[in-house]
Amino acid sequence: MKKNNETIKISGLETGYISKKGNTVITRDIDASLESGELTCLLGPNGAGKSTLLKTLTAFIPPIQGDIFIEGKSLKDYSAPELAKVIGVVLTEKLSISNMTVEELISMGRSPYTGFWGKMSEYDKMAVEESINLVNINNLRGRMVQTLSDGERQKVMIAKALAQETPVIFLDEPTAFLDYPSKVEILQLLKRLAIEKDKTVFLSTHDMELALQIADKVWLIDKPHGVTIGTPEDLALNGEMNRYFHSDGVVFDIDNGLFKISQEMHGSVSLTGEGQHLNMVRKALTRRGISTAEKDSSVFVEATPRCLSVNGRDVKSIAELLDEIDSIIDNDNNS
Amino acid sequence: MTLLGVSILLFFFLNLLLGSVKIPADAIYNILTGSEDESPIWTNIIMKSRLPQSFTAAMAGAGLGVSGLLMQTVFRNPLAGPSVLGISSGASLGVAFVVLLSGSIGGVTLSKLGVIGEVTITLSAIFGALLIMALIAFVAGKVRGNVTLLIMGVMIGYVANAIIGVLKFFSAEEDIRAYVIWGLGSFSRVSGGQTNVFIFLMSVLLPISFLLIKTLNLLLLGDSYARNLGLDIKRARMLVIASSGILVAVVTAYCGPVIFLGLAVPHICRGLFHRSNHAVILPASMLAGASLALLCNLIARLPGFEGALPVNSVTALIGAPVVMWVLFNKRRNEV
Repeated sequence: MKKNNETIKISGLETGYISKKGNTVITRDIDASLESGELTCLLGPNGAGKSTLLKTLTAFIPPIQGDIFIEGKSLKDYSAPELAKVIGVVLTEKLSISNMTVEELISMGRSPYTGFWGKMSEYDKMAVEESINLVNINNLRGRMVQTLSDGERQKVMIAKALAQETPVIFLDEPTAFLDYPSKVEILQLLKRLAIEKDKTVFLSTHDMELALQIADKVWLIDKPHGVTIGTPEDLALNGEMNRYFHSDGVVFDIDNGLFKISQEMHGSVSLTGEGQHLNMVRKALTRRGISTAEKDSSVFVEATPRCLSVNGRDVKSIAELLDEIDSIIDNDNNS
Repeated sequence: MTLLGVSILLFFFLNLLLGSVKIPADAIYNILTGSEDESPIWTNIIMKSRLPQSFTAAMAGAGLGVSGLLMQTVFRNPLAGPSVLGISSGASLGVAFVVLLSGSIGGVTLSKLGVIGEVTITLSAIFGALLIMALIAFVAGKVRGNVTLLIMGVMIGYVANAIIGVLKFFSAEEDIRAYVIWGLGSFSRVSGGQTNVFIFLMSVLLPISFLLIKTLNLLLLGDSYARNLGLDIKRARMLVIASSGILVAVVTAYCGPVIFLGLAVPHICRGLFHRSNHAVILPASMLAGASLALLCNLIARLPGFEGALPVNSVTALIGAPVVMWVLFNKRRNEV
């Protein structure tokens, strides 16, 4: 397997806003690196400083302290046109542009390379063509930008960043406003680009579950702890994941490495069975706040591919099964 | 685009043909081709009045159209136009100072001085407009937001108008009259050698705007994306405002504050072409501006009005319904 290179090195970085009245520090002491060929996700609650960190990394705002090195050169030493060939961005802000075709928009990604008049060379056209193919949006190329759905527009902007031919791509919440399949599609696309094109892909997101399944590295950020970095699995094992996202409604399930909604239990049954039916019944009961942990409850539930039953009475579906259990528990409470 | 070209030629010819004195088309042809046979009165009317007036109208319209487009792009606001930033108010202020104060303080009534008076008015208009423009460009380098800058411009315009009001209060009646007539706008105010100066200035200034095409297209993407593609936003903004401002300054100096063309023309072009790419919409605005100005001039001179109708009434009467028609007919999400 190919060795990944360290493309970005961050040392002693302090992000925030500089003003005459005094600096507002958002996050301190960030020491980290990003590697090519990897997808890194930045996770954290709202207001934790995700956007500020991204803006600092993309040189939209200067760091308060510390330094960022891209391919060994400090961000400060890049001129704007040089930077445009190193970092490509995809932002959350909605485009106000209209009456421009997808192809024209993607071609704008070539601006750092085109001359004074913006005339596209053969190579420029080829780069645009390649990005359109990589993102697989050939069917969109003639569409006007304002007619695109959120997911389509996100793909177009990713294609724009690809046409820019930068080793690094930063994305600010690329999965926001998308439906679930589109979220998955976008993340898989980015993962594939990181591997195939050896790009350094860094994105912020609120979709923790998806991020934990697909990211090579995760950066956890919040106000009290700053930034913690690791593979999703390492962060799960050392308890960082739970510490960061601990709240009443959510628990981190170490068994499958995902978050789940914690339920208050107000009843219990003894559950036996096998296969998918067993899992689905357990899930349904957990959702209802009924524990399946006890072995000696007065209610016996059996769930196998052949038979669903409550205390020996057959039921046809999980809906009926839940009704049956509800009525038993109600009776118990009344008597 | 061909259609616009043809309409310019047509309106240009009609501008030569129609007027209070009836001159047949073949006579006009003979006069234009330099034949000495036609009546000297007709030759004088065509060569000294109608031809320069048509050229002035076409150039002024082109300038205002381009200037309006630049303003709308840089402020990303469909209501922006040459008059919005107070640049035409600046020109008015310059003229007001000279016209109104020369009578009250200097004891000279400028309106009676003929050519010297005209040159003075032109120079004061350019000076006033450039002064305001320099102020706005300075502000553009200081503030970040587009809307802030737009409001600053509007405020500067109000201040200029207020000062004009104060000046009027202290002025002699005939000076005020001269100022008001200048303020009505006219493509025939300039005469003789000055027309050549105006046409020369515009044929230098108009092509300069083509140098901005790539910058303007990048500005369409919004500040963040444009910056990421290597554009120096503040510099770009200043350049565009300066180009637009100089165009308005020169047109206003020679034709008075002609309203509405600058606002209407870019909308008409977007309605016609459904494109945002400035490589298309910039030349289109130039042609449409010239065409519309010729049409307005033609209407102002229709038999019956005898040139008494101020151009500004016509531009608004023609322009406003056209913009409304374009907006009603536009496809969803396009502005």
